Amino acid sequence: MPELERHSFDVLVIGAGGAGLRAAIEAREHGMRTAVLCKSLFGKAHTVMAEGGIAAAMGNVNSSDSWQVHFRDTMRGGKFLNNWRMAELHAQEAPQRVWELETYGALFDRTKDGRISQRNFGGHEYPRLAHVGDRTGLELIRTLQQKIVSLQQEDFKEFGNYEERLRVFQEFTVTDLVKDGDRIAGAFGYWRESGRFVLFEAPAVILATGGIGKSFKVTSNSWEYTGDGHALALRAGASLINMEFIQFHPTGMVWPPSVKGILVTESVRGDGGVLRNSDGKRFMFDYIPEVFKDKYADNEEEGDRWYTDQANNRRPPELLPRDEVARAINSEVKAGRGSPHGGVFLDVSTRLPAEEIRKRLPSMHHQFKELADVDITAQPMEVGPTCHYVMGGVEVDPDTGSSSVAGLYAAGEVSGGMHGSNRLGGNSLSDLLVFGRRAGAGAAEYVRALDQRPAVSEDTVTEARATALKPFQQEGGENPYTLHMELQQSMNDLVGIIRRQAEMEEALQRLEKLKERAQSLTVEGHQQFNPGWHLALDLRNMLLVSECVAKAALLRTESRGGHTRDDHPSMDAEWRRKLLVCNVDENGVSVEEKPQIPIRSDLLDLFDRAELEKYLTAEELS
Amino acid sequence: MSYQGKFRVWRGDDSGGGLEDFTVEVNEGEVVLDIIHRLQATQAPDLAVRWNCKAGKCGSCSAEINGRPRLLCMTRMSVFDESETITVTPMRTFPIIRDLVTDVSFNYTKAREVPSFAPPKDLAPGEYRMQQVDVERSQEFRKCIECFLCQNTCHVVRDHEENKEAFSGPRFLMRVAELEMHPLDTADRVDQAQDDHGLGYCNITKCCSEVCPEHIHITDNALIPMKERVADRKYDPIVWLGNKLFKRS
Ligand SMILES: Cc1cc2nc3c(=O)[nH]c(=O)nc-3n(C[C@H](O)[C@H](O)[C@H](O)COP(=O)(O)OP(=O)(O)OC[C@H]3O[C@@H](n4cnc5c(N)ncnc54)[C@H](O)[C@@H]3O)c2cc1C
Ligand code: SF4
Ligand code: SF4
Ligand code: FES
Repeated sequence: MPELERHSFDVLVIGAGGAGLRAAIEAREHGMRTAVLCKSLFGKAHTVMAEGGIAAAMGNVNSSDSWQVHFRDTMRGGKFLNNWRMAELHAQEAPQRVWELETYGALFDRTKDGRISQRNFGGHEYPRLAHVGDRTGLELIRTLQQKIVSLQQEDFKEFGNYEERLRVFQEFTVTDLVKDGDRIAGAFGYWRESGRFVLFEAPAVILATGGIGKSFKVTSNSWEYTGDGHALALRAGASLINMEFIQFHPTGMVWPPSVKGILVTESVRGDGGVLRNSDGKRFMFDYIPEVFKDKYADNEEEGDRWYTDQANNRRPPELLPRDEVARAINSEVKAGRGSPHGGVFLDVSTRLPAEEIRKRLPSMHHQFKELADVDITAQPMEVGPTCHYVMGGVEVDPDTGSSSVAGLYAAGEVSGGMHGSNRLGGNSLSDLLVFGRRAGAGAAEYVRALDQRPAVSEDTVTEARATALKPFQQEGGENPYTLHMELQQSMNDLVGIIRRQAEMEEALQRLEKLKERAQSLTVEGHQQFNPGWHLALDLRNMLLVSECVAKAALLRTESRGGHTRDDHPSMDAEWRRKLLVCNVDENGVSVEEKPQIPIRSDLLDLFDRAELEKYLTAEELS
Repeated sequence: MSYQGKFRVWRGDDSGGGLEDFTVEVNEGEVVLDIIHRLQATQAPDLAVRWNCKAGKCGSCSAEINGRPRLLCMTRMSVFDESETITVTPMRTFPIIRDLVTDVSFNYTKAREVPSFAPPKDLAPGEYRMQQVDVERSQEFRKCIECFLCQNTCHVVRDHEENKEAFSGPRFLMRVAELEMHPLDTADRVDQAQDDHGLGYCNITKCCSEVCPEHIHITDNALIPMKERVADRKYDPIVWLGNKLFKRS
């Protein structure tokens, strides 16, 4: 056996998206020797794809905005299932996190008086999303990447070594966390390039691995989104919450087939784009749910006036929270009023001058022109729902990002609770920064307070290596690509946007069979940059996480946010008080109910009683 | 509407390799990356390729298609003739790792040599004020997705390993220009561009701008203005001081 490469750090951050990079910056600024590990090249994490913006109640465009209003919108969007403490911290701290980016060199679009401009987005009462055209994620990741470089330059000045206190290991995949008794002791994984194994010893690990969308067939997510962090946490003994809640973004591309699922940013609607069915009707007016009736315009004239006069008009229903819009599109297509390729029409060409469209939505203009031969300044787009974001994730302490396992932290999309049953657009990028920073600080405090560092046993390493090499040892088994396609199809068809008991039961049966077949996967070739092998290892995570999703979804007999049950179509206040918690032990995945933490009373006071009555039980209101 | 397309894909590693022929199904609306993925799933499971977003946003999938530097995910099959044999090779300027994957660490090294944004000391977070017209110049350069196709194309390093030491390449000369044009940056970047990053090697051929998938005017808007500033400086250092003071007012 070749000798194992070993490294030792104070804090290990798994993931180089917004959450991971912000966490690493914080840990390093707390004096920790920090490493960042990521599957793709530095600067290419999923965050780079975020388009519309980052939500923060800075009040630059409408001074009535405040953290309280942002908190309210977030709770409403999540149908009150959110962890209120996370929603509170998020709303309070997001503006500071955005301003801080400017000190790192970010260049957001400006208002006339030179402040950061803010745009409208679904579910946000005021224009709240700081943005750079429709490439906000690129700006965020590049800015954080450049901040990391600047910290490395400081180290170079001081120590003559750029990587003295902060080092990035790119194209590296973590396959297992390692523990010393009950505590985290590090992580094990392989270089994608060479296939060689590495052990990282570290008393604290921060998971910032993003989401799980690659388990679904139609998705806006990239190959990285295989739920690795979710699975690593489960196997290390931490719990996941809210896994039944998956956000299907209403507007993904539907044609051509090879780009099906790629995102069409919500800014198209925020900036005036409207949804029409094949009859040319703006159908969203027919889908305003009871709980939102007083907030949304019930006629086109009022909706249109809102873009220029928000004080005296209600917003158009195209800007309802994503779950509502996605379901509406689904219904229109089912009723036979869809577009030629099975979506609906999203039109901005009749709403804004061509020049304005090119300026505000440059990458959408580019994307449709290059990939679909559609000129969005002259024609409508065809769009339909696509799997986009997982609300569920590692159950964490809101203030420090700590999981229930000592030394294990989580931030960003891999953590759960902040968004409840449905995330508002723009609230992810702000979540990454607020809780990335908190997890970095939390991990640093934990390491500082330790009197003894954990140790890694050789057995753990041998076992991790054997698990990773298994696909090479077998012959005559199946190709991982085939299995992956079947998994995606099953999740899409049976645990997708609209769910039914019998279908989810079937999904669970299929998952059992897939798990068995996965035991005997076979890969060809050798360990060097071998995508077949990588997929075989990722499948282990996807199967585990998919099982959590299906089991939790089967148990929750109500419809709320990113979980819609055809057989239980309404929201049930009793269910709002319950979280579904997933754990893994030798018997596999278990899902249990756990009471939701009651909302602090001064935060409840921010809402009208009439509104609370729509969500809370009589007992809670008394 | 499907057809069998003919492909030649470079396979091998740092010890050598060559073009391999494949015949593979092509469907309507597909891009070259779809075909590479189909090869992985059906004929060559260990074919190495980098990609991520499949939407032209991350800059991972750079390669050369029929000798032209391009993003695999943004090159539609419909631009080729059905009978044409399409050749896919890795970027030439960077060392091969395997198949279509190259070692792009040159770019990360160069990125680290550009001194970072130097924020104004007298402004607290939240106090930055900049006009849209003033940020737009740098914003154009910040559209860069770091695909490194411009770096791959520039003749200063493409066939001249020996220049890599002294020349940062269009991407990072543009980064210097971006900071120089940032309305609130307090550092002086003009001499750096010439002395530390090799701006003098660039003879404004514009090949970099031609391959940029983000259509950034690298040469016209970043390199030439930087060259002008260098030239001005040679004659009149006071001009530079005046420019910096003027920027802040
Ligand atoms: C197309 C699109 C548009 C979006 N637009 C917006 C928007 O406008 N506003 C908004 O707020 N949100 C938006 N979102 C959501 C938001 O972008 C994501 O939720 C967010 O970027 C996730 O960030 P993250 O830091 O949690 O993880 P990511 O940025 O996904 O990073 C995950 C990191 O973990 C690494 N990783 C994963 N597994 C492993 C492993 N096993 N070993 C090592 N490393 C690993 C990956 O390599 C990567 O570096 C959008 C999402 C998509 C897909
Ligand atoms: S313009 Fe300059 S940087 Fe660009 S390709 Fe030509 S020589 Fe290279
Ligand atoms: S400037 Fe253009 S070609 Fe060069 S790395 Fe950036 S996006 Fe790619
Ligand atoms: S895969 Fe991201 S640019 Fe091609």
